[in-house]
Amino acid sequence: MAVNLGRRAGARGLTGAGPVTYAVLTAVAVLSLFPLYWTLVGASTSGTRIAQTPPPLLPGGNLWHNLDIAWNQVHMGRALLNSVVVSGCVTASTVLFATLAGFAFAKLPFRGRNALLSLVVATMTVPAQLSVIPLYQIMARLHWTDRLQSVILPNLVAAFGVFFMRQFLSQALPVELVEAARVDGAGSLRILRSVVLPIARPGMAVLGMLVFVQSWNDFFWPLIALSQSNPTVQVALAGLGGGSYDSDQAVILTGALVGTAPLLLVFALLGRQVVGGITAGAVKN
Amino acid sequence: MLDEAVPATSVGTPHHAPPSTRAWRTRLYRWDLKASPYLYIAPFFVCFAAFGLFPLVYTGWVSLHGVDLQTPGQMQWRGFGNYTRLLHDDLFWNALRNTVTIGVLSTVPQLLMALGLAHLLNYRLRGRAFFRIAMLAPYATSIAAATLVFSLLFGRDYGMVNWLLGQLGVGHIDWEGGTWSSQIAVATIVTWRWTGYNALIYLAAMQAVPHDLYEAAALDGANRWQQFRHVTVPSIRPTILFTIVVSSIGATQLFGEPLLFGGGATGHSGGSAHQYQTLGLYLYDQGWYAFHLGRAAAVAWTMLLILLAIGTLNLLLVRFQRARNGG
Repeated sequence: MAVNLGRRAGARGLTGAGPVTYAVLTAVAVLSLFPLYWTLVGASTSGTRIAQTPPPLLPGGNLWHNLDIAWNQVHMGRALLNSVVVSGCVTASTVLFATLAGFAFAKLPFRGRNALLSLVVATMTVPAQLSVIPLYQIMARLHWTDRLQSVILPNLVAAFGVFFMRQFLSQALPVELVEAARVDGAGSLRILRSVVLPIARPGMAVLGMLVFVQSWNDFFWPLIALSQSNPTVQVALAGLGGGSYDSDQAVILTGALVGTAPLLLVFALLGRQVVGGITAGAVKN
Repeated sequence: MLDEAVPATSVGTPHHAPPSTRAWRTRLYRWDLKASPYLYIAPFFVCFAAFGLFPLVYTGWVSLHGVDLQTPGQMQWRGFGNYTRLLHDDLFWNALRNTVTIGVLSTVPQLLMALGLAHLLNYRLRGRAFFRIAMLAPYATSIAAATLVFSLLFGRDYGMVNWLLGQLGVGHIDWEGGTWSSQIAVATIVTWRWTGYNALIYLAAMQAVPHDLYEAAALDGANRWQQFRHVTVPSIRPTILFTIVVSSIGATQLFGEPLLFGGGATGHSGGSAHQYQTLGLYLYDQGWYAFHLGRAAAVAWTMLLILLAIGTLNLLLVRFQRARNGG
């Protein structure tokens, strides 16, 4: 269901688009992409060039120089590595646990299922800031502040993921398949491995991408739990931009570019699936 | 581990096994059937209890105490002292006002534009995939990166926005300095990041609207605008409500954009005159700059109450709508 939405729309599109539609959509696409393009422009020129009128509109040749400075000003390399580790762990564990819970909610009968599912949905609305203070106290007591487990552990599984996999599996997995496996004497783990996981794989892939993006861009809690000596990319960016007024703007933009490029690369390669995943998660509310 | 106890071959040969073993296997099988759903959902609920529910409740407990950031383990009972202090703090009311105005500025135009865009994307289009991915690119950009870029674009002296306005004959605006201008700028960042995402959610809902509804409306002589108003919008109302709830929650928690927008080391105050300090920033300011974790917790619980109020209001609205439609 996740992947075919795009193709189906063409077949049943209402009416052909007129020139005004194309003009508006093109304008919106330009507005969406321009700040990203300009990040590249700024990151490849210099602070003095950015401060000239008219502002630069074409990339310059300063990118490597700026990268070098950004790398020295904050722990950029370490930040990238940390972000990969944190987002990787969070994604792997969220996808695994969300698939298990999503399968149970979608296909297994058990007492209290509906009430518990409502609870899962309700927890999606609890804002992160509400839990920050006790979390900080706990992490401080365990001496885990400034260590990666402080930002990994609280995010091992998210309600959104459970709900997403539940929606996916209730449509993709025929309940007869599970029952047939049971009749054949397969235990729960065998069913999970041989029946559920192969069917869940496309949904898990989309969820993985969404969770990775979310985790990579997570800001509030990492900013509190970590410091500039052991940051994630977002915390390092805050260090670059929030340092002082006289920091080199080209270097700030270089940091923004480094922090965003990996995700944009993923988007360029897998954009269709991400688009499909977002829309698929939303329709069946 | 469970499937080793009930190997697939055991089904073919149950009558060879002694009765006691068979009963044991049946019991194990039943237990497996009953317990496995709970085992599957356990990780989520354990994690939620530890890192969601417990902190939520404990924040309420902390909010009744005086707690210093440097000694987060020592708590002194203060009753509702933190809350009364909060209600007498002008900066709290300022932050609440700013959260509401920035919230309206960032969600209302955003959702309206998303609705319009989804409508356009629903036409038969060339380059459909390109438009969708382009509109989603801001969503992949982090708050930190987007805000750093936009604060340069909104710069007073050399910013691109002021340069463009200058070409149109409008004088330089001190975006960061003014109350309205800074709030509009912050709202612009939010709008930029989320409009495309919401447009895709609306688009998905629109594609599920049965085609015959449009054909019937067209037969009745409805033009495109009337079809949009009387067929599309009512059909996707649940999705619209969902996005309204999600974006109000996001607006209540707004933090990263105003923190980094100023660009200086004083981001937590939300501008020199606190002109764009939101509740999220005020919480951070109280806890991590004024060192009063207890007061920060009181701010957090006040935010929870506001969210509950929004939720209740929403529920009542839905009920009211239903009652009106049904009656």
